[in-house]
Amino acid sequence: MKRKNRITSVLLVIFFICVAAVTLLPLILLAVSSLRPGSDLMRYGLNFNIDWATASFRQYRMLFSGENNYFIWYKNSLLITVVQVALALFLSACVGYGFAMYDFKGKNILFACVLLVMMVPTEVILLPLYRLINRMHLINTMWGIILPYLVVPMLVFFFRQYLSGIPKDFLDAARVDGCTEYGIFFRIMIPLMKPSFAAMGIYQGMSSWNNFLWPMIVTNNIDKITLPVGLQSLLSPYGNNYDILIAGSCFAIIPILILFVIFQRYFIEGMTAGGVKG
Amino acid sequence: MKKQSFFKKFLYSQKVAPYVFVMPFVITFLVFFAYSIISMVVMSFQKVAGANTVFIGLDNYKVMSNAIFQKSLKNSIFYTIVSCALMIPIPLVLAVMLNSKAMRLKSTFRSILFIPALTSVVVAGIVFRLMFGELPGSFMNQVIGAFGKGPLVWLRTPATVWLVLYIVCLWRWTGVNMMYYLSGLQQIPADLYESASIDGASTVQQFRYITIPLLKPTIIYVLTISIFGGMAMFSESYMIFNGNKSPNNVGTTLVGFLYRLAFEQNNLGIGAAVGVIFLVIVLVVNFVQLILNGTFSGKER
Repeated sequence: MKRKNRITSVLLVIFFICVAAVTLLPLILLAVSSLRPGSDLMRYGLNFNIDWATASFRQYRMLFSGENNYFIWYKNSLLITVVQVALALFLSACVGYGFAMYDFKGKNILFACVLLVMMVPTEVILLPLYRLINRMHLINTMWGIILPYLVVPMLVFFFRQYLSGIPKDFLDAARVDGCTEYGIFFRIMIPLMKPSFAAMGIYQGMSSWNNFLWPMIVTNNIDKITLPVGLQSLLSPYGNNYDILIAGSCFAIIPILILFVIFQRYFIEGMTAGGVKG
Repeated sequence: MKKQSFFKKFLYSQKVAPYVFVMPFVITFLVFFAYSIISMVVMSFQKVAGANTVFIGLDNYKVMSNAIFQKSLKNSIFYTIVSCALMIPIPLVLAVMLNSKAMRLKSTFRSILFIPALTSVVVAGIVFRLMFGELPGSFMNQVIGAFGKGPLVWLRTPATVWLVLYIVCLWRWTGVNMMYYLSGLQQIPADLYESASIDGASTVQQFRYITIPLLKPTIIYVLTISIFGGMAMFSESYMIFNGNKSPNNVGTTLVGFLYRLAFEQNNLGIGAAVGVIFLVIVLVVNFVQLILNGTFSGKER
């Protein structure tokens, strides 16, 4: 029996090593290729045939050289991510708190609206939303990208779920002590919500940083586009873009990978939120 | 002064406070979501040309008989069905294997399989587009070359186009779905399996009669997100073809068709009509789902 178990163990581990290798292969290929000159890739295609004698970090130096827009895009994406995460977390926490802690008229209808927004893919309203943002003169601005998604239904749902575990007596006790309704939220609830902020911050950060479709529609000015939109624009077989394309793609993932290694638990919690609890 | 304090009292009352808290949602919902839906429905009955819009009834909905519309709808449905068929069982089996007692290095493998979810659709698209390039030296052509098969033009033949799209989908989402299943599996009490194995149930029987029934809520959730992800698929195709242009529309999806009408051809009325059709499909799918698992909607209340 014991021996059979050990054999299963070994077989399982071997199987998962293969799965892990296949999973990591595209990223390793990208990392290796980022050391090759772009003209090489253009001529021979993306593969592992690297001549280590000519391999260099030249492409990465090009990213930093300031002769291209890469860091403008990087900065745009970073700014949008930071602002969007901060606003979406705060506002969605307010809304989730309102739904979790109070009974008020129209609550059920409003919450049904939250679920409705959650159910309808954003792609459905792409066209009317674009026209609205256009009429608000927000094309090519950060606010054009952020405003429609200020309150994220997913976050509202999660915060509501999280807060519903906190007994309401808590609130009454604070009220007796003379705390105002908003004081309760800021002084008592926000500190209690810290763990959920970490997970949801990562969820929102990932979706802002990686967001592609909406920023592509709202921005078209080369100085205003975000990193994913910029990288996509480099993917043309003409011109000498591959240097920046491959190294730039790598450099877009590296910070996230580092954060993932450090904050793994929060990443997994945040990005799979809504699973079983939902 | 007095007026202000009255206002303050009003704002701070226990009756008004909840509305203040949910106000951000109400505003963004009305301004962006509700307004968009309504204006889209209105626009779908109009011919929009610059400043003058003319009401033309159901004319825009004639797009339903358009061959490219039908093809893109078919593509989206087909993609949804196949991706559900892949993305539900494969991560489930992996999760069960990873969760088994004999498994070692669980958290390491779990993390590695999760890594693709960190990449954007753009980076994933770039790598896979180049891996499946048509040059003889492109990685996948080297791989099949090792088996003596000639270089393929992967992104121009329908069969291989869809193969590539499914591989991208599998690559990016297996880890996430597996994580959903793993957290579901951890909630199944271990003694259920113990008593089953004492009763002589085989591993397969345990999987069939304990794991699957108890994971039903998770499976339904994964099915739901897979359906909506599948029907809304566009960015993947956009990346793989480097634009909303696949040869002979092999990779055009419903959203791709909408994008073409709305943003490339400036055909706003018909674009809106396609959006409305898409909305109706989404709502119908949701409705069917809510009926099919009354347990799910009952639990939420």
